[in-house]
Amino acid sequence: MTEVLTRVLGWAGLLAVAAATAYALFGVPADLNQGDAQRIMYVHVPAAWLAYLSFGVTALGGIGWLWKRDLRFDWLALAGAEIGVMFTFFTLWAGAMWGRPVWGVFYQWEDPRILSTTILLALYIGYLLLRRLTDDPVRRANRAAVVGIVAALDIPITHFSVEWWRGLHQGPTIGSPERVLDPAAPGQFVLTLLAMLAAFTIAWAYLVVRRYQLAAVQARVDEAARRGSLAAARAAAEGGVPRVVTE
Amino acid sequence: MTRDVAVALALARKDALAELRGRVATGTTLFFGAIVLLLFGFALGPDARRLQEAAPGLLWLAIVFAGLLAVGRLHEAETEDGALEQLALYPVSRHALYAGKALAGFAAMLVLGGVLLPIVALLYRVDVLAAVLPLAATLVLGAAGFAAVVTCYAALTVRMRSRELLLPLLVLPVVAPLLLAAVKATVASLAGDPLGELGAWLALLAAFAALMLIAGAVTYRFALDD
Repeated sequence: MTEVLTRVLGWAGLLAVAAATAYALFGVPADLNQGDAQRIMYVHVPAAWLAYLSFGVTALGGIGWLWKRDLRFDWLALAGAEIGVMFTFFTLWAGAMWGRPVWGVFYQWEDPRILSTTILLALYIGYLLLRRLTDDPVRRANRAAVVGIVAALDIPITHFSVEWWRGLHQGPTIGSPERVLDPAAPGQFVLTLLAMLAAFTIAWAYLVVRRYQLAAVQARVDEAARRGSLAAARAAAEGGVPRVVTE
Repeated sequence: MTRDVAVALALARKDALAELRGRVATGTTLFFGAIVLLLFGFALGPDARRLQEAAPGLLWLAIVFAGLLAVGRLHEAETEDGALEQLALYPVSRHALYAGKALAGFAAMLVLGGVLLPIVALLYRVDVLAAVLPLAATLVLGAAGFAAVVTCYAALTVRMRSRELLLPLLVLPVVAPLLLAAVKATVASLAGDPLGELGAWLALLAAFAALMLIAGAVTYRFALDD
């Protein structure tokens, strides 16, 4: 049952992203000033939103683990961090692709959002490295939870500090990407962006579920291997449909 | 509560004593910071104006790099002879242990800043005497926030084989806003605060320190007991 629902979610995400992408590429008109480059916004903004959502999941998973001592929370935290790093990187990459034609540079030191996103990437790459260097699942969950919580607390401070860093001196010299979102932006653009946000979020939910299931299988395999039974490890790995392990 | 304070002070005093008796490498860390400052000078060239302009940033980079070693050492020293396990076994509150370790780290950072600041003044010809008070405030708040983060993360990584690599990787992105605010506060202090922004940066440093101290106090027991 769970597997069927997961597959439905996956297909829904794929179809939604495909449909929204097709509309963003061919349906909605190009921006008057920026031309086709502005269409990058339709993937750039959803990616950034999902990065923040993912790291929120990681922090909540960490709190859940420390509170309830249930490893399933840790698997959720891992899923959030890994997918979040992917979307953060994608955000920066799409931003660079957009920045080059519009601003003339890949990386803009004048823009606070780029700086805080880069710090975000570094924070959670560190989180994943820490996980990689610990084998014992309980220790790993403990350490990861602490780092995940501290990193989440760091996000707003980083955001404000770079915002002030630029802001105390001068207003933004170059129009910020979010200006497209203000009420003056044509309704069609806003609708396309909202459709993309929804489609990306469905696909994101599918990725989180799948990564969580993978972590569950991994945990079973590790546990069997620790008990010294290779045959059991193999059986656990091949145990058919990855289902939630309830211990 | 009073007992917690006593435990924290005793722990910090123990670290300070060990430090003074040369068991832990304060001297090495200070020398490292000074060398870094010298090398920054080489990297930027002999232009005195340029060095003066870069001085606040270089000072704080040196403090951060040397501070990572110094505060990290406080936990590393505990791993000898199973002292860390003993520490974790004491029937005292984890908040007190964290406070003690963070206090020792804070003291180490103050010494570090207190030594590196005059070195910057000498090497880069920066007049620090005119702005001693705001600089001291920046140093105290910056040291508190930094010690709060590193103490928590050092307890987390101290049992790992690759801790020397991992600790900076984890700490540096977290302290990015601290570095930024401390550098801006230092620039403002040295310039006599013409834009009236010093207060805002000091407030940011204080908020960072407060938030990280709370986070550290809450999570330290999970870092220590694992």
